[in-house]
Amino acid sequence: MSDPRKTPKSKYTAERDFPGSFEGETVTRRRFINLAGQGAGAVAVAAFVLPALGFAAGSAIFERPEVQWETVGVPDDFPNDTYVPKVVTEVTGIGQTGKTTIYMRATNDQDPPPNPATLHEGTTADFVAISTRCMHLGCPVRYVDASQKFICPCHGGVYDFTGKVSGGPPVRPLDHFYVRVKDGQVQVGPRYSVNSEFRRFPSYRDPGQALDGIGQYMYPGRFSTPKLD
Amino acid sequence: MKLPKLPLPPAVIPNALQGRPQRPGDEQRDGPIGQVKEAGISAVDWVDERTSLSGGLRWAMFRKVPKGTNWFYTLGSATMFAFLSQAVTGVFLAMYYRPDAAGGAYESVRHITNEVFLGEFVRGMHKWGSSVMVILVFLHMARTFFFGAYKYPRELNWVIGGVLLILTMVMSFTGYLLPFDQRSYWATIVGVNINGTGPVVGPYLSDFLRGGAEFGATTLSRFYAIHMLMIPGAIAALIGAHLYLVAKLGTTAPPWLKANGDERLEQDRV
Repeated sequence: MSDPRKTPKSKYTAERDFPGSFEGETVTRRRFINLAGQGAGAVAVAAFVLPALGFAAGSAIFERPEVQWETVGVPDDFPNDTYVPKVVTEVTGIGQTGKTTIYMRATNDQDPPPNPATLHEGTTADFVAISTRCMHLGCPVRYVDASQKFICPCHGGVYDFTGKVSGGPPVRPLDHFYVRVKDGQVQVGPRYSVNSEFRRFPSYRDPGQALDGIGQYMYPGRFSTPKLD
Repeated sequence: MKLPKLPLPPAVIPNALQGRPQRPGDEQRDGPIGQVKEAGISAVDWVDERTSLSGGLRWAMFRKVPKGTNWFYTLGSATMFAFLSQAVTGVFLAMYYRPDAAGGAYESVRHITNEVFLGEFVRGMHKWGSSVMVILVFLHMARTFFFGAYKYPRELNWVIGGVLLILTMVMSFTGYLLPFDQRSYWATIVGVNINGTGPVVGPYLSDFLRGGAEFGATTLSRFYAIHMLMIPGAIAALIGAHLYLVAKLGTTAPPWLKANGDERLEQDRV
């Protein structure tokens, strides 16, 4: 910089000799065209990347499916001392793949009284519908009548008669389904999750997501689960 | 330290493509037969004159390798050939496969295995080849680790290798669902739920992978698209970068070899 010949004549621009440039300009035309070109490129890339990402993630994460009610029988079908397996459709359009077994019974004296504050209008607490989705990692549990327990084949999760964890790796009780009685038919609706105190979480969580204490904040509800009302 | 600039070795051209000095009794090169004989050389020359490919090939292929280079150094190439085998068999499997969650996927895989000519063989190559690739990736990684070949200036290549390892795992995970039998289905349920245990973002990541809150019709298509379009391209590009850095930086000598000092300095040693 000590060489006076190399010192730019203007402190603003080294291109003051370009036609049209003037002393004191802060944005040279070269810089302007550079930024404009790169900006146009960024806009062009964003114009196809952002819609593509939204397309891939949007309906998967933000689309709320409709509530479906499926008739599974009449009230007399369900005893209150054991479970009756029923098959319901969770996902339509994919045949057998979208079906799942649930276990149902009538409520008995040992069950805790339902909290009216968490019971949705139109649903009933007279029946219990328990999901077979293990709350460890989602394998299908089966109900063993001899021991009155739900047992998972994958990693040894065990649940008692009410669906509460009695052994193994599961992090919370088995999911339930809303039940209603309409025109004398028992109908099964959306799934809901419960924590170990059987508090209801209407936007159900995936297996492996604990809902006690900090867990309910670590695993927030989703937009992709059906919502009553 | 400034490394001495080594001259590139001369081009090695296969004998068949090398020009031969004119000898008495030979037919004239200018004649039609002579031109046909020279056609191969001319074609290679024509391309080379317009691309200078031979220089790049010499740069990539005829490198100096350190003393002590041994069979362990072939694990990287072995991994790459495992990937190429997966790519080729995968492309042809896609000609018969149908990602239909209502039962068509299982049926098309059954068709490939039981009815298509060589179907069981090609599917077997793809299925067992995936395990071979994972094993080779880990052996290659172990070689790099135990030989200290991840150190300066090759850290970036180690990082690229780590990304390639993760992408290979994603390939294994997404490919496992495609046969769509009981094992595939439940393994994917378990795998997606393991993803979901990540705090805060986990539930949304699961929704993204499944295409919704439940394992549905789009889950299989999603996994298929990720398996055959998204990840293979990324793997191929990163293998290119990986190889470029290997050619640029050279390979390391095994750790049990002592570096040879400069001969002039050797004399000064007491």
